[in-house]
Amino acid sequence: MEEAVILLNWWASPFGTRVKIALSEKGVEYENREEDLFHNKSPLLLKSNPIHKSIPVLIHNDKPVCESLVILQYIDETWCNKSPLMPCDPYERARARFWADFADKKLYSKGRAVWEGKAEDMETAKKELMETLKLLEGELGEKQYFGGERFGYADVAVVPFYSWFYSLEKFGELSIVEECPKLVEWGKRCMLRPSVCGALPPQDKVYNLMLELKGLNQQH
Amino acid sequence: MGEEVKLFQTWSSPFSLRIAMALKLKGIPYDSVPEDLSNKSSLLLEYNPVYKKIPVLLHNNKPISESLVILEYVDEMWKQNPLLPQDPYERANARFWAKFNDDSLMPSMWTVLRSKSEPREAALVEVMKNLMVIEGELGGKKFFGGEKVGFLDIVMGWLAYLIDAFEEIFPGLNLIDPERFPLLSTWMKEFYNMPTIKELWPAQDMLVSSFKAHHRIEQKTE
Repeated sequence: MEEAVILLNWWASPFGTRVKIALSEKGVEYENREEDLFHNKSPLLLKSNPIHKSIPVLIHNDKPVCESLVILQYIDETWCNKSPLMPCDPYERARARFWADFADKKLYSKGRAVWEGKAEDMETAKKELMETLKLLEGELGEKQYFGGERFGYADVAVVPFYSWFYSLEKFGELSIVEECPKLVEWGKRCMLRPSVCGALPPQDKVYNLMLELKGLNQQH
Repeated sequence: MGEEVKLFQTWSSPFSLRIAMALKLKGIPYDSVPEDLSNKSSLLLEYNPVYKKIPVLLHNNKPISESLVILEYVDEMWKQNPLLPQDPYERANARFWAKFNDDSLMPSMWTVLRSKSEPREAALVEVMKNLMVIEGELGGKKFFGGEKVGFLDIVMGWLAYLIDAFEEIFPGLNLIDPERFPLLSTWMKEFYNMPTIKELWPAQDMLVSSFKAHHRIEQKTE
């Protein structure tokens, strides 16, 4: 039976990037559809994610799955015969879920505060971002990946934010490599994987987009 | 070798109550470690250095934090009375609604409770919208999990014991009107009266007096 897999996405979204990485790791063929989130969301998006009206949405044989981490687990459980993303041990699985959730709860908002925030809030935003990155650096430790020897769920959840590093350093006038060298090494190691470098947007493209979005915000 | 299971919790937190329910439903004995959130124990800070919050589950000396993460761990470790369904799509559905509860429904409720009278009306509209969506998700099912209690029932369980308390604290605040939310109202009664978990519910009078005391303290500092 042919499987129809559609991904409703936006190139700059770290959440959509997670799903692209996972599908690629599993060798799943899919159709990527770019959404115009600012002006013209597609009827399919509005129908598939009526609650949040946001991307990513994975549509598998006409059934939509929303929320990037929910999608990641769905992909891992559905295409379970290849490249497992989750570790086998329940405790290690709990750790993977914890750190993926940490990226959602902390990394996204603290990163956004640095590139989007006002000048007067920058010192606090920088401090909180570095605290967040240092927690990730501490968790990574001497491991190759967050999951240990193998690239896995937590790595997929965190690595899309690696494409923000250049922008965060420019906007925040900070050096991530100085304070979190292991995290930067890990980012480079992940980028060697075709699934990751094929999915992450280039860092300068992200920077230009952030400049554009900041410009738009300041006009209001 | 006996399994050592400890749950760091408070008497009223809906998040730690989730874990107590899951362990009870699976028949897992555990030690309850009550925490005073105004004076957190050094163990709690050691076991959850990132957020310093309860609940924390300690299993054979390994700590797990974040209630939804803990629930999935409990379901995977102890396979009797499974909480999540087997089918990947249904699992995704349960996880989606759990996240909706934690990220949208609960925060909208806390906003109502913290608001002064005028902003409260606007906040209430948001809560009603979220509750309508949940009513739709429950549909004709006895429980969110179907015929039996499941993952999502446990996650939404706070509705069954906190709504009545909130309506008592704020007279005139009609959160879940049985005419407007017939399915949710029925589910709340069924879930509240389930024999396995009934003893876990915090006493309503304690919830009300504790909330009012906290609220009065907040008003004094303004």
